[in-house]
Amino acid sequence: MTTSPIKFYQVGSFAVGNRLLDPQHRSVQSDTGRSNSINSGHRACQGCGEALGARYALDAAMRATDGKLVAVNATGCLEVFSTPYPETSWQIPWLHSLFGNAPAVATGVAAALRAKGREDIRVVGQGGDGGTVDIGFGTLSGMFERNDDVLYICYDNEAYMNTGIQRSGATPPAARTMTTQAVGPNPGNTFGQGKNLPLIAMAHEIPYVATATVAELRDLEAKVEHAMSLRGARYLHVLVPCPLGWGSASGDTIKVARLAKESGIFPVFEAHDGEVSSVSKIRRRVPVEDYLSLQARYAHLFNPTRQDEVIARIQAGADRNIARFGLLDEQTEVAR
Amino acid sequence: MLRQIEGSAAVAATVACCRPEVICAYPISPQTHIVEGLSRLVKSGELTGCEYINVESEFAAMSVAIGASAAGARAYTATASQGLLFMVEAVYNAAGLGLPIVMTVANRAIGAPINIWNDHSDTMSQRDSGWIQLYAETNQEAADLHVQAFRIAEELSLPVMVCMDGFILTHAYEQVDLPTQEQVDTFLPPMVPRQVLDPDEPVSIGAMVGPEAFAEVRYLAHAKQMQALELIPKVAQDFTRVFGRDSGGLVHPYRCEDAETIVVALGSVLGTIKDVVDEQRAQGLRVGVLGITSFRPFPLEAVRAALSRAARVVVVEKALAVGIGGIVAANVRMALAGIQIHGYTVIAGLGGRPITKASLHELLTRARADDLDELTFLDLDWELVERELRRTREQRRSGPAAENILRDVGIIAARVK
Amino acid sequence: MDKPFAITLDVGSSLANKTGSWRVERPVYVDRLPPCNNACPAGENVQQWLYAAEDGSYETAWRTLMADNPLPAVMGRVCYHPCQTACNRAQLDEAVGINAVERFLGDAAIAAGWTVPVTAPMTGKHVLVVGSGPSGLSAAYHLRLRGHEVTIYEAGPKPGGMMRFGIPSYRLPREVLDAEITRILDMGVKLELNHRVADIRAQMSDGGFDAAFLAVGAHIGKRAYIPAGESAKILDAVSLLASMEGEERPLLGRRVVVYGGGNTAMDAARTARRLGAEEAIVVYRRTRERMPAHDIEVEEALQEGVLMRWLSTIREADGGRLTLEKMELDETGFPQPTGELEELEADALVLALGQDVDLSLLEGVPGLQVDDGVVVVDSHMMTGHPGIFAGGDMVPAERTVTVGVGHGKKAARNIDAWLRGSSYTPGDKHELATFDKLNTWYYADAPHAVRPRLETARRTSTFDEVVGGLDEGTAAYEARRCLSCGNCFECDNCYGVCPDNAVIKLGPGKRFEIDYDYCKGCGICVQECPSGSITMVPEQI
Ligand SMILES: Cc1cc2nc3c(=O)[nH]c(=O)nc-3n(C[C@H](O)[C@H](O)[C@H](O)COP(=O)(O)OP(=O)(O)OC[C@H]3O[C@@H](n4cnc5c(N)ncnc54)[C@H](O)[C@@H]3O)c2cc1C
Ligand SMILES: Cc1ncc(C[n+]2csc(CCOP(=O)(O)OP(=O)(O)O)c2C)c(N)n1
Ligand code: SF4
Ligand SMILES: [Mg+2]
Repeated sequence: MTTSPIKFYQVGSFAVGNRLLDPQHRSVQSDTGRSNSINSGHRACQGCGEALGARYALDAAMRATDGKLVAVNATGCLEVFSTPYPETSWQIPWLHSLFGNAPAVATGVAAALRAKGREDIRVVGQGGDGGTVDIGFGTLSGMFERNDDVLYICYDNEAYMNTGIQRSGATPPAARTMTTQAVGPNPGNTFGQGKNLPLIAMAHEIPYVATATVAELRDLEAKVEHAMSLRGARYLHVLVPCPLGWGSASGDTIKVARLAKESGIFPVFEAHDGEVSSVSKIRRRVPVEDYLSLQARYAHLFNPTRQDEVIARIQAGADRNIARFGLLDEQTEVAR
Repeated sequence: MLRQIEGSAAVAATVACCRPEVICAYPISPQTHIVEGLSRLVKSGELTGCEYINVESEFAAMSVAIGASAAGARAYTATASQGLLFMVEAVYNAAGLGLPIVMTVANRAIGAPINIWNDHSDTMSQRDSGWIQLYAETNQEAADLHVQAFRIAEELSLPVMVCMDGFILTHAYEQVDLPTQEQVDTFLPPMVPRQVLDPDEPVSIGAMVGPEAFAEVRYLAHAKQMQALELIPKVAQDFTRVFGRDSGGLVHPYRCEDAETIVVALGSVLGTIKDVVDEQRAQGLRVGVLGITSFRPFPLEAVRAALSRAARVVVVEKALAVGIGGIVAANVRMALAGIQIHGYTVIAGLGGRPITKASLHELLTRARADDLDELTFLDLDWELVERELRRTREQRRSGPAAENILRDVGIIAARVK
Repeated sequence: MDKPFAITLDVGSSLANKTGSWRVERPVYVDRLPPCNNACPAGENVQQWLYAAEDGSYETAWRTLMADNPLPAVMGRVCYHPCQTACNRAQLDEAVGINAVERFLGDAAIAAGWTVPVTAPMTGKHVLVVGSGPSGLSAAYHLRLRGHEVTIYEAGPKPGGMMRFGIPSYRLPREVLDAEITRILDMGVKLELNHRVADIRAQMSDGGFDAAFLAVGAHIGKRAYIPAGESAKILDAVSLLASMEGEERPLLGRRVVVYGGGNTAMDAARTARRLGAEEAIVVYRRTRERMPAHDIEVEEALQEGVLMRWLSTIREADGGRLTLEKMELDETGFPQPTGELEELEADALVLALGQDVDLSLLEGVPGLQVDDGVVVVDSHMMTGHPGIFAGGDMVPAERTVTVGVGHGKKAARNIDAWLRGSSYTPGDKHELATFDKLNTWYYADAPHAVRPRLETARRTSTFDEVVGGLDEGTAAYEARRCLSCGNCFECDNCYGVCPDNAVIKLGPGKRFEIDYDYCKGCGICVQECPSGSITMVPEQI
C-alpha cells in the first residue's frame, strides 16, 4: 500500500476526516476546499455509489494535479445524470463522446497535450463497467498497450445500469439483472462467466493497476494520488454499489461496498508493472451472506427457499480471492 | 515544387505541411500509404510537434482524433471502406461535437463481398454524418484540398472528409505541385479552437440533449454547412491567391456553357469524362461535364446554375443506393426542382470496374438519343445476371414479397435489354 | 470560448437543479446522551471533556469537567467509574479509561495551578454547608459559582470527610486532596474546622443563614453482636482508618481479621498489611461474586496478600482466637448457617460492617423525615423542612464520593433556585446513544492503555500511591479511544460520504449543516456516522 494506516487517532484513517491530524495528512474529501469535481444538482439516484466514487476519485486527482485535469467520460449513468442539457454538474474540463471510446478519446486528449507541450495537464478517462469491460474493452486495451498517459477509472456497478440493469461482463454470478432474470432452474447470472478486468489490465504490464471501493476513501484517494504520480497507462477499478440495480437501501451504499471487501468478494489490491504489490487486508471478515442478503438482486438465494448450494459457491469464490490475494493476516478477526 | 509522386505520398507530404499535431493511423487499403508516409515523416523528425498514434481500430482512430481535437490540437486521420464503417459512430460524433478534424478517405467499395477496389459506397454512406465532403479529381487536387480542408474545418469548427479515389489516385504516380511549407503557413493559420478542454476555463462538452433542444441543435448543424457553401469558394479563391492554381471550390463546370447534355460526376472519373467530352466536342457535339467537389454541403444553387440550361443531365456515380438507385442523382434532381430536364442515373465503376472512354462514348450517344433508362448500370454483364436470377428463381420457392422484387428487377432488366 | 449551443455547457450549472425536492426523509443532526454521561452520578459531561482532551486541549477539558465536578484529581483516583461500566467501547474491545484521563486532567490542573474564577455577582444570600466531605465541598463550590456566600462548618480537624478519614492514602494521596480542597476554599468558601453543628435550626438562625445543605456523612461504624471475651481486641474499620490520619499508628498485631465484604473491609485489610500484619484475613458471609466490594479492590487486596474466607460468620471472639461458622447459600442466595465451626487465630478483629448516620443535629426539626436511618429528600434534594437540603451518605443513595459530589451539585442548583424563589427543572434528557446507534467500523483498533501499578513489594510496606497516572501521551491516546457516542466529533464522514455534496462543513468546532436544497435523503450520512449523531426523520409533505 502506498499509505500506512494512521493509528491511535480515534478514527485513524477510517473516517473521512480526522481533526487530530496535520492538515497535510487529511483526506481530500475532508477539505472544504475540495474541488467538488462533480457538484450538487446531478440527477443520480439517491445513494448512488457511482456519483460518490467519481467525486472521490476526481477530487483526489484534482488535488494531485493541482487542478490541471481533464476528464473524458463514457456514456452511462455517470454521464447521463451529470450532463443533461442545460445543466452540467462538472466543474472540471470534461468531454463525453461515446459509450465505447472513452479510453481512445482520453488518449487523444493526452496526445494533444503532449503535442502542445502541456503534459502538466493530466487526463482521466472514466466509465461504467459496461463501457469499460465490454464495449470499451478494445479501446481500453489499445490505450493500455500503447501505455498512453491516461488514468482510466472504471466505476463498476456490475451491470448496465443506465439502460435499466442489464448484464455486463462484470455482473457477478447469480445476480439478477433484467437480462439474467431470477427465473427458471438457475436464476440470475450464470456461473463461470465474466471477466476480471484488473487482472487483464495487469497482463498488459502497465505501470499501475489498482482496485478500490467507495467504502475506503483514504485507500481510494491514495491510489489516485499515486496513480497521478506515475506516467503511462494506469487503471483503477472502483466498486460502486448501485442502490437501484442492486436493490440495496440507498443509505447502505458504503456498507455494501465495505462488505464486498470484508467478505473477500471484491479483493482490494494494487499492482505495479503487472505484479501485485500490495493488498488491503480484510479487517473484520464476514461471510458472503452478510453481503448478499442486503441486496434484492440476490433475493432469490434466500426466498422462498434458501439456496445453500449457490451461496456456498459464491462463498467459495470469495475464499478463492482470499487465498489468491492473501487477504487475511494473523490479526484478522474471524467473525462467525 | 513539382514532383513525380504517388498520390498517397503527395497527400502525406501535404498533410505534414499543415502541421497536424495528432495523427491516428490504422491500416486499410488503399489508404495505408498515406499514414505510412506520415509515420516516416514523424519518426524521422521531419514533422515535429506531432503525436503519431498507432491505434487499434478505426473506431479508436476517430476517437483519438476527437479527443485530440477537443483538446485543441489539429487532428488528422485517414481510412477507407470497412474502416470508415467501423468508425461510423465516432464519425457522427465528431460532427455532432463540431470538432475540426480532417480525414482522408481513400474511396473503396464496401463488402460483402469484400473488395478493395475503388468506388464511392463508403463515403456516400456518410453523406448525412454532418461532415463536409470534398471529392478530389486529381492527385494535385487531393493534395490541395487537404490544405483547404483544415482551413474550412477550423473556420467553421466542423470536420472535413477529403475523398480521393482509392488506387486510381492514391496509388497513381503523377506530377504534383506539392505545396511548400511557406505557402501553407501563409494560407493556413495555427488552429484556434472554438471550444477546448482547458483547466483554466472548464466546460462540459458533449451534453445529453433532449427533445426540447435537439431539433435546434440539428438545425444549427445544417446552418453551419450552409455557411460552408459560402466559405468553400472563398477559401478556394484564397488558395489560388497563395498557391497560384485553382483547386477546390464547390463545383467544376467544364464546357457546360452551351451544352445540351451535361454529365455530372465526382472524383477521378471526371478526367476520363473530360476526355470524352473533348472528343465529342471535337465532333461538334454540345456536351459538357460538371464536377462536384463539395458533395456536403451540396451546392444546390451552383449545380442548378450549371445545369439549368441543358436539355439532359447524365449523372455518373460510383455508388448504388440499393433498392432505389442513384445517390448523387437524387441530390442533383433536388437542385433542378421545377426544371424539366431529362435526367439519367448511371451507376458505374462499382468495386473498381474500369469506366472506359468507349463505354462513356456509347453512353452519351444513347443519352443524346434519350435511349437510356432512368437507371443504368454501365457495362453490366447482363447475361450473367440474368442467368443467376433465373437460377435462383427456379431453385428457390420464395414468398410473395421476394417474388415481387425479383419480378421488378426482371422487368427492369428486360426493358434494358 | 465560443461554446456550441446545448452540446457544451458551463460548469457548475447543475446548481439550478434543486434535488432536495426528491427527499421523503431528511437527515438531522442530533445530540444523543452518551452512556458514560448518563451513568455518571456527578453528571459529568464525560464525552465532552474527553473530546477536548483528544487534541491536547487539557485545560479546556479540565474546565469542562470542573463545570460539574470540583474534585477531578480525587475522583480520578477513587471513583468507581460507573461511566466505564456503561462505556459503549467495552462492547468493541475495552471501555475507555475515563477515570485515568480524569485523574490526568486533575493532576495537570494541580501542577499548573489552574483555578476557577467566580464571575457571578454576589447574591447577598448566605448558605450554610454542614460537613466538608465531597458532598459538602461540591455544594459549596457550586453555590459559590452562583454568587452565594458559603460557610462550611466541619466537626473534624481537617476537611475532606471520608476522603481523608476513610480512604487510605495509598489510594488517595493527601496532597492531592488538599490541593483540590484549597482550590475550592480559594474561591471564597469559608471553612470553620472543629465546628460540630449540634442543632441545625439554632445554627441557621444564629448565623443568619438563608439555607443549609447538610452532608454529615455516615460515620458510626455498625457493630454486630459478637460475644467477646475481655481480652479480645475488636475495633471498627472506620475508626481504624480514621486513626491513620492521627499522629500515632494503631497497633494491630501479627494476625488481623477483618469482618465484612465491602470496600471498607478491603481498605482495612490492606491498611493492616501496610501496618505490618503478616496475615490479614477478610471474613465474609457470602461468596466472592456477591461481595459488595468492587472487583478491582478485591483484586488489589489479593495481590497484596490479603487472604479471604468466604461463606463464614464470626460466632465468638475470645483472646487471640475467633470461632467461625461455615455458611452455605440457599436458593435465594442468602447465607444459611451450617453449624460447622472453625477456629481462627487473630490478634485483632476489625469490623467493617457498614456505617450509620449521626442524625443528632436534626432533632426536633419540623417536617423532617428519617427512614431506615437516613434523611429523606425530595427530587430537589430538600428535606421535609423548607430551606434545609441534604445529600451524600446521609441520604438514601449509593455511598460513594461521586454520588456525594453529584448530590452537592444538584442541591446547589436547587438551593440557588429556591433562594431566588423559583424551582430548578433539569433539561430534558436526550435519547441514549446505545451501541446499536454507532457505526464502529470507523474507530481505530486501540486497546485500553493500562495505568502503571506499583509493584506489590512496595505496596505492602508503604502507603505510597498504588496506581500511577497516565503520562500525557497515554492520556491523549486513551481520550482518543472515546467513540463520542451520540455526539458529533467532526470526523467529516457526513461531509465526505454525501453523493450530492449536500453537507456543509462549518469549520472546527462548528460541526455541519445539511444543505436541504440538494440533499436527496439517501441516508448514507446517517448510516456512516460513527457516533450516531444523525437521524432520519420523515419529510413533511
Ligand atoms: C474506608 C472507605 C473507603 C471508601 N472508598 C471509597 C472509594 O474508593 N470511592 C468512593 O467513591 N467512595 C468511597 N467511600 C465512600 C465515600 O467516602 C463516601 O460515600 C463519601 O465520602 C460521602 O461523602 P459525604 O460528603 O456524604 O460524607 P463524608 O465524606 O462522610 O463527610 C462528612 C463530613 O461531615 C462532618 N460532620 C459530620 N457530622 C457533623 C456535624 N454535626 N457538624 C459538622 N460536621 C459534621 C464529618 O466530620 C465529615 O467531615 C469510602 C468510604 C470508606 C469508609
Ligand atoms: C454503442 C452504444 N451501445 C449501447 C448504448 C446504450 N447504453 C448507454 S449507457 C449503457 C449502459 C452503461 O452501462 P455501464 O457502462 O455499466 O455504466 P452504468 O450506467 O452502469 O454506470 C448502454 C447500454 C449506447 N449508448 N451506445
Ligand atoms: S442507476 Fe445506479 S449507477 Fe445509475 S444513477 Fe442510479 S444508482 Fe447511480
Ligand atoms: Mg455499470
